[in-house]
Amino acid sequence: MTHRWGMAIDLDRCTGCEACVTACRAENNVPTAGPDQAARGRAIHWIRVERYYEGEFPDVRVKFRPVLCQQCDAAPCEPVCPTYASHHTEEGLNAQVYNRCIGTRYCANACPYNVRFFDFANPVWDKPLNLQLNPDVSVREVGVMEKCTFCVQRINEGKTRAKSESREVKDGEITPACAQACPTTAIVFGDLNDPESEVSRLSRSPRGSKLLEDLGTKPKITYLR
Amino acid sequence: MNLETRNKINDDLLRPVLHTSPWFYVIIAVLGGIILAGLGSWMYQMSHGLVVAGIKWPVYWAFYITNFVFWIGISHAGTLISAILRLVNATWRRPVTRCAEVITVFALMIGAMFPIIHLGRPWLAFYLMPYPSERGIWPNFRSPLVWDFFAISTYLTGSTLFLFLPAIPDFALMRDRTNGLRKRIYGALALGWQGTTKQWHRLESAMQIMAIAIVPVAISVHTIVSFDFSMAPVPMWHSTVFGPYFVAGAIFSGIAALIVAMAVLRRLLHLEEYLHPVHFHNLGKLLLTMSLLWGYFTFVERLTVWYGNSPSEMAVFWETQTGSYAPLFWTMVFCNFVIPLPLLSIRRLRTITGTVVASSLIVVGMWLERFLIIVPSLATKNLPYSWGFYRPQPVEIMITIATFAAMAFLYVLFSKFVPIISIWELKVGGHPRPVLTPQEEEEAQELWRVRP
Repeated sequence: MTHRWGMAIDLDRCTGCEACVTACRAENNVPTAGPDQAARGRAIHWIRVERYYEGEFPDVRVKFRPVLCQQCDAAPCEPVCPTYASHHTEEGLNAQVYNRCIGTRYCANACPYNVRFFDFANPVWDKPLNLQLNPDVSVREVGVMEKCTFCVQRINEGKTRAKSESREVKDGEITPACAQACPTTAIVFGDLNDPESEVSRLSRSPRGSKLLEDLGTKPKITYLR
Repeated sequence: MNLETRNKINDDLLRPVLHTSPWFYVIIAVLGGIILAGLGSWMYQMSHGLVVAGIKWPVYWAFYITNFVFWIGISHAGTLISAILRLVNATWRRPVTRCAEVITVFALMIGAMFPIIHLGRPWLAFYLMPYPSERGIWPNFRSPLVWDFFAISTYLTGSTLFLFLPAIPDFALMRDRTNGLRKRIYGALALGWQGTTKQWHRLESAMQIMAIAIVPVAISVHTIVSFDFSMAPVPMWHSTVFGPYFVAGAIFSGIAALIVAMAVLRRLLHLEEYLHPVHFHNLGKLLLTMSLLWGYFTFVERLTVWYGNSPSEMAVFWETQTGSYAPLFWTMVFCNFVIPLPLLSIRRLRTITGTVVASSLIVVGMWLERFLIIVPSLATKNLPYSWGFYRPQPVEIMITIATFAAMAFLYVLFSKFVPIISIWELKVGGHPRPVLTPQEEEEAQELWRVRP
């Protein structure tokens, strides 16, 4: 059975602690920009926690929404890439092939979620961050686009392990860094092709909705509220 | 036409080619210096990465793509105008065509540089070409950027041919007038032209075919450039009006650039006897038409967005009408519409000075138009959390300035090596005199309904 990886994010459970952001950065060798460049819009966040404020002071409510690549089934970023650097895998992931990317940044413009990031310079990590680079994830050079991969290295590892033990991948066996780090288990990851999986169950919830659903991008992330 | 007139045309139009004034070297040095500074900026950008440019998340396209669209737009001056004027057999076109066709070729070359300059990894730009790769990977034919590649290369080939064909008899003339190396080069370019009836016949047919073929190519090129934007689900980019809007804007800015170039040539190369007020007058009327068309398209585009009232589009709409980009937007409206309208519609003001003032404003306004299409939409996309603001950086400004210098540089060089006014076409049409005889004036009135 082919997999179709998806995610459900429970906004009621999200506390906006940004543990997912930190975990993602560590797992995926996301370069740091430094305060100056970050102020100039060069920071890279494969996942970010968007904050929206409701009401007038003092009666203010803050809403948190973790936003990462929605791994759209009809992804606007894919047809516009002239070199197939942005393409759809058999398992429905929006893969980014760094070696094919020439940096037109068209995919980022077409993406309504603004979750694609450009490498303005070669990556640097301040000491001692350079000692904790993940050997399973390639480091991106200057001039290419990068974005959330749903921790494809973990997906591949989980599939390989299951295959070596001659069994199917179990639900919950594969967890991306953001879901693993989430203290309130607001983020749930799994196989949407398995109707019994936790993520399938949550995706069917009446509380669920997709981000900017009316654009017709068919995102694979369901937000619960 | 008598021999005397023929000799006068030869002498006047070959003078800039055969005699070099010291000013030529000064102009070349100044423009060359600016171009070198631009090249240096590009090298600096390549060695440091685009971190030195002003683009940022989420405004990933800005000055470079603005320049790209702007210069491809300017390129519509030439071929399209000259092709249409040829096809409708407008006799006043004769001194204008070559100046226009040259603009097309050079503006295309400059415009086509920008998709490469703006790349994150410009050294891999050849991935856009369908070259035989051992991995069997082709470019993605669904991507408008690949369409751009084919459209621009077709247009560049076509417009180069369209410039070259009518220049063959002039190359032959130069071959006969020069010696040594120059004679050999012009001889090669003249392709063995002897001026036989058969050759004239073939040249006329070839030019007719090219004139017909180049019009749909030119229109498709700027439509495809507009597709770069309208194919993406970005607020105020995803619009059906963009194809014709871009084409109209392109011809608009193209005519404006042509008028400015003609005025400069007229002054620098002393072509007062060939580029008459009537040419500026007629082109001014064309420019007026395009200004009205541009105003119409802008109005229609804005009105439909306003009535559609979609939240994401209205964010961009208000940002340009009253927000951060409003000063630029209203400058654009003044430059493209409000000021040119009286200058071009009142006959007394439609003089050389009047049309040149209007054209200069329009060139600025059309550059702003391209900028205002690209940047506010990207800066104000669907999710308010990710809104941003763009400020250009010195590298981008320097490269932009250098392209204008490059245009002037190539133009000056071209007019140094090739007569900028088609000599044989003038001879066919007769030497236009600054003051028309009463009979000719009547004809002119009837033909163009204008007073020279």
